[in-house]
Amino acid sequence: MIEVRDLTKRFGDKLAVDHLSFDVAPGRVTGFLGPNGAGKSTTMRLILGLDRPQSGTATIDGLRYDQLHRPLCTVGALLEAKAMHPGRSAYQHLLFLAASQGLPRRRVNEVVSLVGLTAVAHKRTRTYSLGMSQRVGIAAAMLGDPRVLLLDEPVNGLAAEGRTIFVSSHLMNEMAVTADHLIVIGKGKLIADGPTQEFIERSSERSVLVRSPQAAALTELLAAEGGKVTAGPGNGGQPGPLTVTGLAAPRIGEIAAGRGIVLHELTPQLASLEEAYMELTAGSVEYAVTGHPPGPAAASAPGPAAVPAPTASGAEGSNP
Amino acid sequence: MTTTSPATRPATGPDSPAPDRRVGFGRLLLTEWIKIRSVRSTLWTLAIFVVVSVGLTTLLTWLTMRAFRAGQADARSAQIANDPVGFILGTGLGLGQLAICVLGALVITAEYSSGTIRATLLAVPRRLPVLIAKCVVFAALVFVVAEIVSFACFYIGAALVHSRFQVSLSQPGVTRAVIGSGLYLTVLGLFALAIGALIRHTAGAITTVIGLVLVVLPLTSLLPYSWGAHIHAYAPTIAGQLITQDKLQQSGQLLTPWQGFGVFCAWTALLLIVAAYLLRRRDA
Repeated sequence: MIEVRDLTKRFGDKLAVDHLSFDVAPGRVTGFLGPNGAGKSTTMRLILGLDRPQSGTATIDGLRYDQLHRPLCTVGALLEAKAMHPGRSAYQHLLFLAASQGLPRRRVNEVVSLVGLTAVAHKRTRTYSLGMSQRVGIAAAMLGDPRVLLLDEPVNGLAAEGRTIFVSSHLMNEMAVTADHLIVIGKGKLIADGPTQEFIERSSERSVLVRSPQAAALTELLAAEGGKVTAGPGNGGQPGPLTVTGLAAPRIGEIAAGRGIVLHELTPQLASLEEAYMELTAGSVEYAVTGHPPGPAAASAPGPAAVPAPTASGAEGSNP
Repeated sequence: MTTTSPATRPATGPDSPAPDRRVGFGRLLLTEWIKIRSVRSTLWTLAIFVVVSVGLTTLLTWLTMRAFRAGQADARSAQIANDPVGFILGTGLGLGQLAICVLGALVITAEYSSGTIRATLLAVPRRLPVLIAKCVVFAALVFVVAEIVSFACFYIGAALVHSRFQVSLSQPGVTRAVIGSGLYLTVLGLFALAIGALIRHTAGAITTVIGLVLVVLPLTSLLPYSWGAHIHAYAPTIAGQLITQDKLQQSGQLLTPWQGFGVFCAWTALLLIVAAYLLRRRDA
C-alpha cells in the first residue's frame, strides 16, 4: 500500500506537484495517468525519496522510503532507462546493488537471465541499445523480488501477480488494457481516482448513435429533453446519423416511441477512453498546442467547454 | 519463483538469506568497493598517477644530477644540493597529484553524470552513510597506492643521488616526509571528492580542484603583509604540503608539518560536512 498525503513539490516558481493525495492499493496494477509535465515522474521520485518535497508525505506500507530496511527487497523502481555508468558492465551494476541489500551473487545471475542479458552482461553498458539498457533497469527493479513496483512510462503490458504495481503513462489506451485502477493528475493536482472499469463505463454512456428517417423532428424533441444532438452527413435522400449526448439510450427510445418516431438504429457509443481522458485533462495540459487561429472566436474560455461540439441548432444550420 | 500466495506475502523477499535488517555499514563498504573497481577510469587515473609520479621523479632527478655533476650552477642544482629529499618528493608527486584530484572528483561526479546516483540512493536511501562509505573506500585505496608510490619515488631518487648525497629514512624528518606524502595525497583525494560532491559536474569539479591546487592557493603567497602570509600558510594544500617536506622551505614558517596537515584535514572535513549537508537536502 502506497499512501501519498498532501504531497507538494516546487521547482523554482513552478508547482510540479500540488497538494496531491491518493492511495495505491496492494495486489493490483494502478495506472498513473496525466499529460506530459503533469508531475507523474516527480511524484514517483518523491515516493522513492530521490526528491525532497516541500510538504506532505509518501509512505510504503506505513514507512517512508528511507525507513525501509532493505528497500530493493520491498520496492522495485524503473525510472529513466539509462541510469547506469557507461563504463561499468550490467553485471557489476547489478552486483553492487545486490551487495547493498545483502543478496547473493546467484540472484544477480538469476535476474540477468530473467531479462535475457546473460550473453552481454559483462560488456560495458555504453555499448547497449536503449532496449538493452531498459532490461538492465528491469533486472535492477526485480533484483530484490519486491512486492511493490513503480514503473515510470514503461512500454510493455504488465500483470500484477500479487504485486502492487504503480505505473505511470501519458497514454490512456496503454493504461486501459493494463491497469485495474487509475489515478489521473494534471498540473500536479489530482483529477480522478477510480477503477478502470468505472472510467470505461462512464465514458461509454456518454453518447448514443441514433438513425431515424425523421431526424429533424427527433432532434427537436431530444433537444427539448435536454439532449445535445450532433447531426452527421446525410447519405442521398437519407438524413445522417445523430450523435446524442446527455440522454441515455433507453430514454431516447422512450421519447421517440412517445411521438411515434421510427428509429432505424439506437446504439450506445463506446467513446474511446482516449477521448474521455483528453477531455478530462483538457484544462490541465502543460504544453498544449492550440490549433485555433487568434480571433474573437478563440477567446472563449479554455477547458472541456472549448471542445468543438456543435449543438442541435448549429448542426441544423449547417445541414443543407 | 515463490509459492506464497499474494495475500500472505511475507515482509521479506523469498530470497532473503536473513531476517530483514538494516543495510549494514560493511555492506556499504563492499558496495562502494565494487563500484570503484568496476570502472576503468579508476584503473586509468591510478595508472597515470603511478607512471607520472615515478617516471618524472626518475627523469628529473637523473637529469638534475647529471647537470649537477657537470658543474652547472642553476636553481635546480642548488635545490637538489640543499634538500635532496625535498627535491625527490617534490617533482614527480607534484604533477602526479593531479591524477588523484581527477579521481577524487570523478568518484562522485560520474555518479551524477551517469545517473548511477539514483540507483545508489534507491538501494541505500540514507545518504550520509553512502557518502561516508564512499570516502572510506576511496581514501583506503588512494592511501595504499600513494604510500607505495611515495616510497618508490624516494628509493629511486635516493639511488640516483647516491653518488653525491647520502639520503636515508633515518635522517630527521625523512620518514615523516615520505609517509606524509602518501597522507597528503589521500587527504587531497578527499578534498577533491568533497568539491565533486558540492559541484556534481565532472568538468566543473576537476577544473575547480586543479585550479585551486595549481593556481589560486599558490598565488596567495603574493598577498602582502602578515595577514597575507597567514592566509597563505593556512590555505588548504599549502598547509597540507608541509608534511611532505623534510626541511623547512623558508624561515619563519607559521605551522609545523603536523599542524599544517591538521589544517588541511580541517579544511577537507569542513568541505565534506557541507557536501554531506547538501547531499541530504538536495534532490538527487
